[in-house]
Amino acid sequence: MTSAQAPGNAAPDSPSAGIDPIPGEWQRVSPKYVIVDLIGTLVSAVIMTAATSIAFWVTQFPLLLIIPGAVLAFHVLYAAFTPRRVRALGYRLRDDDLVFRKGIMFRRVVAVPYGRMQLVDINRGPIARAFGLSELKLVTAAAASNITIPGLTEADADALRDRLVELAESRRAGL
Amino acid sequence: MSTPDPGALEPDPVGPDAAASARPPSPESLADGEWHRLHPATPLLRGGIYLLAIIGILVANLREQLVEWVLPGLICPPDEPVCVEGDPFAYLIEEGYLVLGLLAALGLLVVLVALFYVSWRMHTFRITGEVVEVRSGVLFRTHRKARLDRIQGVAITRPLFARLFGAAKLDVEVAGQDANVQLSYLANAASDRLRADILRLASGSRAAAAASASGGAASGSLIDRRVSELLAPELDPDLAPPESVVRVPATRLVASTALSASAVWLIALLAVIVGVVVTASFAGGNALWVLFSLVPITIGFGSYLVNQVLKFLRYSIAATPDGVRIGYGLLSIRNDTLPPGRIHSIAVSQGLLWRPAGWWTIRVNRASRSSASADGGQAQQQASVVLPVGTRADVFRVLELLLPDLLAAGGVEGGDGLRDVLERGLTGSGADADFTVSPRRAAVFRWFSWRRNGFALFPGAVLLRRGAIWRELAIVPTPRIQSVAIEQGPIARSLRIAGVVLHTVAGPISPAIGAIDAGDAEGFFRDAAAAAVTAAAADRTHRWRASEG
Repeated sequence: MTSAQAPGNAAPDSPSAGIDPIPGEWQRVSPKYVIVDLIGTLVSAVIMTAATSIAFWVTQFPLLLIIPGAVLAFHVLYAAFTPRRVRALGYRLRDDDLVFRKGIMFRRVVAVPYGRMQLVDINRGPIARAFGLSELKLVTAAAASNITIPGLTEADADALRDRLVELAESRRAGL
Repeated sequence: MSTPDPGALEPDPVGPDAAASARPPSPESLADGEWHRLHPATPLLRGGIYLLAIIGILVANLREQLVEWVLPGLICPPDEPVCVEGDPFAYLIEEGYLVLGLLAALGLLVVLVALFYVSWRMHTFRITGEVVEVRSGVLFRTHRKARLDRIQGVAITRPLFARLFGAAKLDVEVAGQDANVQLSYLANAASDRLRADILRLASGSRAAAAASASGGAASGSLIDRRVSELLAPELDPDLAPPESVVRVPATRLVASTALSASAVWLIALLAVIVGVVVTASFAGGNALWVLFSLVPITIGFGSYLVNQVLKFLRYSIAATPDGVRIGYGLLSIRNDTLPPGRIHSIAVSQGLLWRPAGWWTIRVNRASRSSASADGGQAQQQASVVLPVGTRADVFRVLELLLPDLLAAGGVEGGDGLRDVLERGLTGSGADADFTVSPRRAAVFRWFSWRRNGFALFPGAVLLRRGAIWRELAIVPTPRIQSVAIEQGPIARSLRIAGVVLHTVAGPISPAIGAIDAGDAEGFFRDAAAAAVTAAAADRTHRWRASEG
């Protein structure tokens, strides 16, 4: 779980390389977030599998086992990719905007100018709190641009929030 | 015009200003930083519909009794004085409680009037150099305050019922869901003057207010004034030069509605009904069920279409010094003033059926929203339409009004360069010096439009050209971009294409361009993000006239 892995622009010329509009070093989230995410997936897998197998328990019709089986398989697959997905999360504070990227299959990179931030939120869920992690959320006037950076250590999250608020204050813009 | 209704304009010595009650009344301006009250008929106008409904219910209940009084013996046998069963009024007469009942009704009326009066007394507003404030409510007090440099527009609505009383509703629009500051109702002249004052204060202009207060002297009786107000042109000719005004002829409005998608559905539905009835009657069957099932839908469709035409009748858009003025409505009039820099994105679009006629419609995203309740939803839909239907020449005139800086400064080298770019944005296709379009391999995602699907970036605005059948050109002013995203799914990745989304405030337009070459998309993302930062830093529209005298 060390960050020995090369950043996402390892092979920029290969045709299968995804978009990487701002090549360079990204700030990563804490590797401990992998465990938090896995526990979340596990909880969801247990609940969803139990809920979808109710139909089978009631009817004892064996074909109905396909649904909970598919749900379980999806969760296992999702969990298998969790370390890569967490490694793909990254953010960067540039001179005038914050850039956030996520996703392996469905890749997304968002740039939010500091002056456009309306609100910076810090959330701590029960599992994340046990690992000393926080989630930072940015809100702009556009509902679509909302950014959530999970898996920051509490100190990092607080420092990032204070830095963002300070930057937003110095570059305040209207709507 | 200089003698507005009494009561609406007197400075009001309530609250902390009570000590200053000796101040002489100044009917000149409501924006003097003092608390004022609304039009005295406000409770009646606001509850107007309900009042009519209550009277209607009463009349419906008493109808038989009234008929009996006017034409005795028509319903009842002559020897019985009261025969209508189950009527509360008849019951009162029968039991000898008539006086008591009348007294109770009178008491209720007195209480209602007293409550209305108190609520009117407690409903006050104030406009200072910085904020507009409204205090209302008796038991539950509300105090709403909006900063003037944050206003997104000022709208004046005149519902038919209020027009008869010479009253108008003024909405100070602020960004957010249902965040508007409403002043309902004001006297007509007062609302016009107040709008001018609010816009002047908000613009940051330090020019004297004298010009706005010089209305023509009203003459004649109350009735004459009402009639002249009803017939007055929607737009004050002094405010906007007539050559800047775009109007939509009623015939074009009707024709364009007839050529809209919903009209086509209506015709198809009618054809189905006729076809089924005819074949059934030939076959000797009964096709009555068709009438029960399809006719109500047809009526619904039809009334929607008629409504669509009615609400945009007498449409006009014009440039005033404080932004674009959009007015429409035949019986209920509404007009909206959008100061510069309050339009977050613009879409010019044309359906297939409108193409032979060369008609286009223009919609915008705005920061102020009202929830989709009763008339709110419709008002919202209307507020987002800037040009219901117009020719290409109209489109350019409206775009000139909406983006004056962009078209004046050019944004590109050369005089009418941008106009040429916009022309290509509306109907053109293929890559050129300004537009970057999808690569051929993106035809999987954009079957017909891959040659046309493209973007162009200028310092003042981003142009997104989409759709070959349903043509659309989305224009996002760069100072209004909230953030920029680039997205790529697995299939797009294998095709080396990607999509870019420009985030603006929510509205009918979502400015996004998909299926662009991945390299082009990355470049566009970087440039748009940089342009958004630079443009936002240079933007001064929140005080749009601060630089003037």
